[in-house]
Amino acid sequence: MSQLVTQPEKKPQFEPKIAAFLCNWCSYAGADLAGTSRIKYPPNVLPIRVMCSGRVDPLFVMEALRKGADGVLIAGCHPGDCHYQSGNYKMRRRILLLTKMLEQFSIDPRRVRYEFVSASEGQKFASVVTEFVEEIKEIGPNPLK
Amino acid sequence: MADNGTEKDNEKKKDKQKNVTITIDGQVVTAPEGEILLEVAQTAGADIPTLCYHKALAPYGACRLCLVEVEDNGQKKLHASCTYKVKDGITVSTASERVVKTRKVILELILARCPGDEYIQQLAHQYGVEKTRFKIRFNGEETCVLCGLCVRICREKMEKGAIGFVNRGWKREVMLPFNQSSDYCMVCGSCLSVCPTSAIKNKNIFGKDPILIPSEFEIGLTSRHPIYVPFPQAVPNTPVIDDTVCVHHTVGGCKTCESFCEADAIEFEQKEEVVDIDVGAIAVATGFDLFDPQQKPEYDYDGHRVITGLEFERLVNASGPTGGKIKVDGKEPKKVVFIQCVGSRDKQGNEYCSRICCMYTAKQAHLVREKIPDAALTVYYTDMRAFGKGFEEFYNRVQREGVTYKRRELDDPIEVIPDGGTVLVKVKGYEDVEADLVVLATAVVPRKDTPALAQLLNINQSADGFLLEAHPKLRPVDTFTDGIFLAGCCQSPKDIPDTVAQASAAASRVCNILSKPKLEIEATTAQVDQMLCRGCGFCIDVCPYEAVELKEVNQFGHIVEVAEVNEALCKGCGACSAACLSGAIQQKGFTDKQILATIDALGGIL
Repeated sequence: MSQLVTQPEKKPQFEPKIAAFLCNWCSYAGADLAGTSRIKYPPNVLPIRVMCSGRVDPLFVMEALRKGADGVLIAGCHPGDCHYQSGNYKMRRRILLLTKMLEQFSIDPRRVRYEFVSASEGQKFASVVTEFVEEIKEIGPNPLK
Repeated sequence: MADNGTEKDNEKKKDKQKNVTITIDGQVVTAPEGEILLEVAQTAGADIPTLCYHKALAPYGACRLCLVEVEDNGQKKLHASCTYKVKDGITVSTASERVVKTRKVILELILARCPGDEYIQQLAHQYGVEKTRFKIRFNGEETCVLCGLCVRICREKMEKGAIGFVNRGWKREVMLPFNQSSDYCMVCGSCLSVCPTSAIKNKNIFGKDPILIPSEFEIGLTSRHPIYVPFPQAVPNTPVIDDTVCVHHTVGGCKTCESFCEADAIEFEQKEEVVDIDVGAIAVATGFDLFDPQQKPEYDYDGHRVITGLEFERLVNASGPTGGKIKVDGKEPKKVVFIQCVGSRDKQGNEYCSRICCMYTAKQAHLVREKIPDAALTVYYTDMRAFGKGFEEFYNRVQREGVTYKRRELDDPIEVIPDGGTVLVKVKGYEDVEADLVVLATAVVPRKDTPALAQLLNINQSADGFLLEAHPKLRPVDTFTDGIFLAGCCQSPKDIPDTVAQASAAASRVCNILSKPKLEIEATTAQVDQMLCRGCGFCIDVCPYEAVELKEVNQFGHIVEVAEVNEALCKGCGACSAACLSGAIQQKGFTDKQILATIDALGGIL
């Protein structure tokens, strides 16, 4: 795999990169609210907007890890609040199964996390990201990189 | 069934009925033969006093107050009009000298039995009877006139007969069997409501207090009947029956209201029903709840001397329970204290400002000044927010009217302490103020059922619990769900002009959808590559809208089943694309290829 960016090996602080799949209606709007409310959160997260967290194919998560993401966050609407009725439940089921598989690939399952963030929870989005970044920092860089 | 019965009865009546012509106080009246004379005379405008007559009950003729002089075939006789049935050619005088004289004697007799009852005194006073010549018994403490209304309504209408008469002669009285309260009496209170005097109330005949039904509109300041008009400007402005408390609906019988409805409009068989309506858009205008001041014990809310702003509104309203007279314990309060920001701007609770309280408190202070000019008025506020058109001017005017505004810090402790007949308001930095009435400006809070409503309509709540608009600046009336719009306090606290503005905006947004010949659908719908699809049907299982179906197609001479998307039903969530094993079903704009390319690009940054 071509490495376009030089690895920050000598950098004292490990800055993880996190791919975040955000559902358009709740979590993306929540992230937007965090921004418009000027709430600070680490810049390590790279959002990918999908219409619904139910659109997130486990393949995307694996692909993101393969491409070198240190962590993958999937955020959707709260249970019962899905804009498409049940997409968040489908996401939860898929991700729980995927985390079982990750262990077999000797990838720390903590690298993949799902969260429910509503459109009004800018503060929660910021705290989820902050917490996740801290956790990934503890775990260390993605071994697949 | 009952309808048929009454119809038949009516038909029978019509067959038999013939009209008779009678003269009442010189006025010629036609009425159906056999009609009760009292009712005919009252319809004709005669003023006849009654005690034992009740429209819904059978005639009884106990009190004799309704007597009139009837001339039949040249013979003049006094008759109780409530039991007399009209005949052709009779001449009735309802207030002749003889009638009035006899009525006075009857009133004297009744007064001798119940000298202390207010209603009887008033009735006697109308006929110039102030004293009685007869012997006063029972130490003048009796209030029952033995009209039998209570006994009759219990037996005839409630079909119970829980109370009855005992003894004879002057010892006759209304009593429970063996003078013991029992569960047989259902404490419906009908005897209490028909009793013309205060007898039932004073005797506490049931041995237990009937539970009044608090009026929702008057916030429990008064009670209401089981059949009632919900509030003065209700649309439609017709009475409803509360079948949880109506005697007929709970245990059967009664139907007393039916006797009074001249339009025959009461139908007991009506059931509440759920009506399915197809709509193109929904405007959500479900309003708000008020903060429950009991959650803040420091204000010592009791709904009596310490009340909420809404309760004060009813108290000061001309059509309210007190007819617009501000009264506490029957007396005008001379010292009134208003406390703002109760349950709002609270860092532990509702952080938002309730927006309307500053101005309605100013208005209420102004109203007290108008009605009780010498009242001492104090308003404790935290910050004055007179933001609207003309608001600041009004605030200044109220201050000029002698309302004392005292500012306190949000976190400063405030306490309302009951102090005998008054209350003491303690606020940090000020001397304690004694008050006859304390009005709390309680916060506007989201309705309790907002979470259920949000889930039902698939719309969101914001952090404060109100319904969330799609964008705070650019789409303030829309929700995230197409075709659903917000108006009023369900979205956030707002005053009437703001509510009207938002409601107008919501209505116009609705028209925007309804006026178009074609509806725009979601652009990011799914589409199927039929060559790749193997017809497994996973997409059908995950689709929440039943937008995907299997259909048979001919591929190179083979009939195979492949998925097909109904684009009008598809809302574009992409759940099918995620489930598809062969990548045959793809969401437009969010195809596997596009998302993988995004991830790939991330790899560059990573």
